[in-house]
Amino acid sequence: MGVGIEVTNLNAWYGTNHTLQDINLHIPANHATALIGPSGCGKSTFVRCLNRMHETNPIARVTGGVKVGDVDIYADAKPVEIRRRIGMVFQRPNPFPTMSIYDNVASGLKLNGYRNRRVLDEIVEKSLRNSALWDEVKDDLRKKSGASLSGGQQQRLCIARALAVDPEVLLMDEPASALDPVSTSKIEDLIFELKSQYTIVIVTHNMQQAARVAEKTGFFLNGRLVEFDSTHKIFTNPSDKRTEDYITGRFG
Amino acid sequence: MSEIRTFQPQFQQQKPSEGQAYAPQPGGAPGPGGQMGDQSDSAIRAFLRARGNSALADGGFRALMVLCGFSIFGIVALIAIVLIYRSGLVWHNFGLRFFYTYDKDPATGQPLYWDPVNGHFSAVPFLYGTLVSSFLALLLAVPLAIGVAIFLTEMCPKMLRAPLAFLTELLAAIPSVIYGLWAVFILVPLLREHVNPLLSKGLGWTGLFTDDNPTGLGFVSAGIILAIMILPIISSLTREVMIAVPHSQREAVLALGATRWEMIRMGVLRNARIGIVGGVMLGLGRALGETMAVAMVIGNTAEIHRNLLANGASMASVIANEYAEATSDLHRSALTELGLALFIVTILVNALARLLVWAVTRGAPAQAH
Repeated sequence: MGVGIEVTNLNAWYGTNHTLQDINLHIPANHATALIGPSGCGKSTFVRCLNRMHETNPIARVTGGVKVGDVDIYADAKPVEIRRRIGMVFQRPNPFPTMSIYDNVASGLKLNGYRNRRVLDEIVEKSLRNSALWDEVKDDLRKKSGASLSGGQQQRLCIARALAVDPEVLLMDEPASALDPVSTSKIEDLIFELKSQYTIVIVTHNMQQAARVAEKTGFFLNGRLVEFDSTHKIFTNPSDKRTEDYITGRFG
Repeated sequence: MSEIRTFQPQFQQQKPSEGQAYAPQPGGAPGPGGQMGDQSDSAIRAFLRARGNSALADGGFRALMVLCGFSIFGIVALIAIVLIYRSGLVWHNFGLRFFYTYDKDPATGQPLYWDPVNGHFSAVPFLYGTLVSSFLALLLAVPLAIGVAIFLTEMCPKMLRAPLAFLTELLAAIPSVIYGLWAVFILVPLLREHVNPLLSKGLGWTGLFTDDNPTGLGFVSAGIILAIMILPIISSLTREVMIAVPHSQREAVLALGATRWEMIRMGVLRNARIGIVGGVMLGLGRALGETMAVAMVIGNTAEIHRNLLANGASMASVIANEYAEATSDLHRSALTELGLALFIVTILVNALARLLVWAVTRGAPAQAH
């Protein structure tokens, strides 16, 4: 089961660029939360702060608190431990091209020294079933490389890879923006399925996508969280004028 | 070439219209200039017209460049032909046996690998020397080179990166005779006084290190100096292929909770491995053919010893040492045959290496997106 995330006074910088300013919000457990906003508004930076990926860039800096479940990830833990508990799916599918499909899915567990073959087999199958890829690849698990799949399949493989370590939170940074409409709808169905078991945070450019998959939606603009509310409220009766302008397509 | 081809028709098409423009008006003033020729730009136009179509110059230029291009094939072919021709005598006398067998003293049973005065010739001790010294060099250089490349691409502070990379590549520019001198003055005494006794004490039981050579020269000296010489080539190519690994691969591994080393192993080295093998082979190519530094420290004794501290000789070093003084045709021919073998092997190794590096840097990992 997933856990909730409590963000307090989060600030982030890229060099001198103050990309996130005083973000406060609560992301509920076992729901999908969408983050929308125009390009460069800080929504990607925000999810990258939730698993401490932001700081892998040497010029990046973060202050403030992020509590995932009971753990303040910036105070009580090392980045490596945090990232084992929080899965991430990137904008562009990035399977490991030199590994088979099986090894791609098992990579997170193998990395951490998990060697029980029988359990690995089970987890690989379960993860691929959960990411709706099993039927398409079950005959080529060890024969084909991760890079031989189509773009949409690659992205579902990346989701399976993230799910295999049974994360408490799944972060998705525009997971469908590089995909065609059919693959996109598969990914959306998947998010819909998965959100009962995992806490999902999804960054998206596509407002319909946010409306379809998420219970909660946050609107980011210029590094600030303008509004955070139920998806229904955001898309039908936003309280901030800027949110309304954005969702009605007046800018962005 | 294609540019020239497409350019010519355009040029020819323009000519008729040009001609029309300058054609004398019917009943008008005579002369090619016509009315327009009387105007102020006539000198320029006359000058340009007088230049003709430059077909000869253009063709000449093209022929010259084609010649330059094909001269590469010519040079390689000429080298091969000369080597084959000059080694014919040994090929005729010994055939392939030259490369795998050697004479023995009928009385004592001692091997007579190489005795030009008495007509004993065999490539075996030189093949052995070349392979052993090159293999030792790879053994020492590869881990160090990969370490240097990892440090430079993944860990080095930005400030230090450029100077360090520059220095590593500068190592490749030092003439090999300088390496040889350094080895003779510093490395060999150091090995002789301090390292060889230790190797002998610690690893003597393997039979590979027996400290019975008072000179300090030998396979180990040659291997170490070769390792230093091929270090820059391997590390710079490794660096190149590591940089070619997309950033998204590193992020994918990090997001799974990898430590820095795990990220480098799984996200970078794994993706770059074919290119790294290419870099290693390129280093091997250089080590096989390296002449001067090896000739200065390997000891130049055409013998085969299991003991790596003993003197030996490599294919390149024996050619350099003996060719000028070779008096008999057979001796010269034997040395040339060694050169031919070296030529073929280094070309094959280099070609394979380049192919592997190219396979990676042209963007093979980019399939990942």
